[in-house]
Amino acid sequence: MRLALEAGFWLLALASYWLLPDQLPLLSQIAIGALFVLSLDLLVGYAGVLTLGHAAFFGLGAYAAGILAQQGWGEPLSGLLLAAVLSALLGLLTAPLVLRGGDLPALMVTLGLSLMLGEAANKLPGLTGGADGLLGVEIWPIFGLFRFDLYGHTAFFYSLAVLFLLFLLARLITAAPFGLALRGIRGNARRMPALGTPVRARLVAVYALAAAYAGVAGALLAQTTQFVSLDVLSFQRSAEGLLMLVLGGLGALYGAMIGAAAFTFAHHVLSEMSPLFWQFWIGLALVALALAGRGGLLGLGAAALRRWRA
Amino acid sequence: MMAALATEGLTRDFGGFRAVADVTLALAQGARHAVIGPNGAGKTTLVNLLTGALRPSAGRVRLGGEDVTALPQHARVKRSLVRTFQINQLFPDLSPEEAVTLALLEREGLTTRWWRPVAAHGAVLAEARALLDSLRFTPAEMRAGTRSLAYGRQRLLEIALALALKPRVLLLDEPAAGVPPGESRAVLEAVAALPRDVTVLLIEHDMDLVFRFAERITVLAQGAVLAEGAPEAIARDARVREVYLGEATHG
Amino acid sequence: MLTVLVDGIASGMLLFVLAVGLSVTLGLMNFVNLAHGAFGMAGGYVCVVLLNRHGLPFPLCLLAAAVFAAVLGLVLERLLYRRLYGRDHLDQVLFSIGLVFIAGAAVDWLMGARQQLITLPAWLSGRVELGFVGIGVYRLFLIALCGIIVLALHLGLVRTRFGSRLRAAVDDAVVARGLGIPVERLFAVTFALGSGLAGLGGALGVEVLGLDPTFPLKYMVYFLIVVAVGGANTVLGPFLAALLLGVVDVAGKYYVPQLGAFAIYTAMVVLLILRPQGLLAKAAAR
Repeated sequence: MRLALEAGFWLLALASYWLLPDQLPLLSQIAIGALFVLSLDLLVGYAGVLTLGHAAFFGLGAYAAGILAQQGWGEPLSGLLLAAVLSALLGLLTAPLVLRGGDLPALMVTLGLSLMLGEAANKLPGLTGGADGLLGVEIWPIFGLFRFDLYGHTAFFYSLAVLFLLFLLARLITAAPFGLALRGIRGNARRMPALGTPVRARLVAVYALAAAYAGVAGALLAQTTQFVSLDVLSFQRSAEGLLMLVLGGLGALYGAMIGAAAFTFAHHVLSEMSPLFWQFWIGLALVALALAGRGGLLGLGAAALRRWRA
Repeated sequence: MMAALATEGLTRDFGGFRAVADVTLALAQGARHAVIGPNGAGKTTLVNLLTGALRPSAGRVRLGGEDVTALPQHARVKRSLVRTFQINQLFPDLSPEEAVTLALLEREGLTTRWWRPVAAHGAVLAEARALLDSLRFTPAEMRAGTRSLAYGRQRLLEIALALALKPRVLLLDEPAAGVPPGESRAVLEAVAALPRDVTVLLIEHDMDLVFRFAERITVLAQGAVLAEGAPEAIARDARVREVYLGEATHG
Repeated sequence: MLTVLVDGIASGMLLFVLAVGLSVTLGLMNFVNLAHGAFGMAGGYVCVVLLNRHGLPFPLCLLAAAVFAAVLGLVLERLLYRRLYGRDHLDQVLFSIGLVFIAGAAVDWLMGARQQLITLPAWLSGRVELGFVGIGVYRLFLIALCGIIVLALHLGLVRTRFGSRLRAAVDDAVVARGLGIPVERLFAVTFALGSGLAGLGGALGVEVLGLDPTFPLKYMVYFLIVVAVGGANTVLGPFLAALLLGVVDVAGKYYVPQLGAFAIYTAMVVLLILRPQGLLAKAAAR
């Protein structure tokens, strides 16, 4: 039953290529957003670490892959790898500052660090293109075979494939003892040392892992759009990531991806009517979700399923 | 013989307040030792100093001869010094089976493992079920959410998490606190069933339990050791009656 | 040099008036309210509308701004905020970001996205010559007015029954409740007071900090720094933090414009790491 649902989910994701052939860039964007939210889910949903600055890693990955390609090495997979490594390093470096205990320091330090990085990118136009964005990003064909085309065919399959592989890895990790220990830390961080768990070391590990995931998501955006702008590092992106996560349901990998899809579709539809309209409704949705409590769309679905069976 | 758990001049200050003052204890292997004292005597602070949740202002803690004063909590657990909590510290979103499995995986040093599902660790899962079964958890209770369990069951799970770690030294912080009389038997049985070579330090309020269980008693008052001896001697000690037993019968 | 210092002090005092309410929300109820700046924005727009469209005298506009923001704060506290006390910080973060988005969209729709400008009354414009340098009259007015507010808050907190109850509640809400202090009502009143002061600050700041629908997000970091660095138990802590921030910000923008806001963000992170005491240490210890 569960496996059938999972297979159905991925078949539908694949089938969207034929169902919405005119919306391929949007679909790629959903896959990239889903990867970003997956990363947040590992950190916030499983390990219970709060962040207001996850865009820092997304942006670092985007600029790393973008600048690499702009400087003449357009091979896409090595770009992803570079983004993952750099973001993980930044994660390892900043984790001790973020994980000093308590939600408030974590919230403020992550926010401060991401703003620092955003402002640094803004003030270094020689490297990042500043407010004009990074131009001249040229990506070579994947495996030397599949060229990135104007309509986004290659970009779609590329993004979806990367998402699928990293999802499999996340699924493995969360089902393994390491994942159970993370859930333990989120459930009761005081008990864990009394079970012999070095809590700090586990959190540093998952922080770096989540950073790498976010970095890859950013790199995917840079490669598929062949452009990087300052908003990859914006507070808006960090906040929207949290919203997608809560919309889908915390601590459930499929919830994260469904949240990203629902959010991005809604964004597409509503902001076409009016950007203001979108901002207003997204705010209202946030307030309502916060007041209503957790579970998200996945939780609502599960509840409906239980009622239907009963 | 080398003490299983010992302290030398253990002291902890909070600002100007001395919560634990110059406490020296020695527990032989297999000891059944109790620490009693009125509220505010420093019992909980003492437990936190022993487990490493707090750092002492002065003094040392030795575990089987090794100085562990500088070691953090989790490193002491790895050396088989295990505690339970006065107020349950459980995992509301995990089932008892998952929680005990987590403790077992941690004991075996497997929680860095990310490439193999928990479900594939058959021996560990079987041990978790066997442990819960020995504490008379029904299969349905094992899989229920922890927050849906009755308080008495939760109290038992608190102890199960400690037992899963196969302690050599076990600190029980008021294990019967808040358990209705009808259900406290299960808690007592679990404690009595511990292998004889496990060293147990019981922090308790309930005098009944203390005198039934302990072979040696230390009385704390205002952070310092007031008296130490066999239960009969403690029961006769005039000073102890005054600060503690007397107070208990009046109050 | 002196001009920069005076400007810095003036904007620091303004930041204090804007942020002091947040230090109570975060400190007293441990509530992460990222929407605090929205009350400042509300006050700012009330002031702009009354001044520019209806030609009311400036002091009256300031008063109206403060009252409007206070009432808005009270209503929202009773209707919404109250439900999220003691909930996860993540819920509070989402909720207050949501409020910021709503407020931004609503203001944008009503007033447009452009920067709002006001014309100060004649008695507040111009400069006075002090020795060799000219100092803006409005800056001096800001320093005087905010100084009075700081003094009043400090005395209010130290001398009055309300103040001592509030301090008791900040120290330990559980014990305070046990002593029969109506913590809930106390907090509602304080929330309204803090919102009102933010509204006043927003109105005063139109000329100095600017005003557009992104105001709450733009200054959120500044408010958080004031609270994080200053702590919540005194008036003095946040006040000094705000002064420092104001001077560093103005001086940074004046002397090293190429660094931009980078200096402030770096200062925030460094201060958070060096000085996690006060509010942060207290919240973390819980």
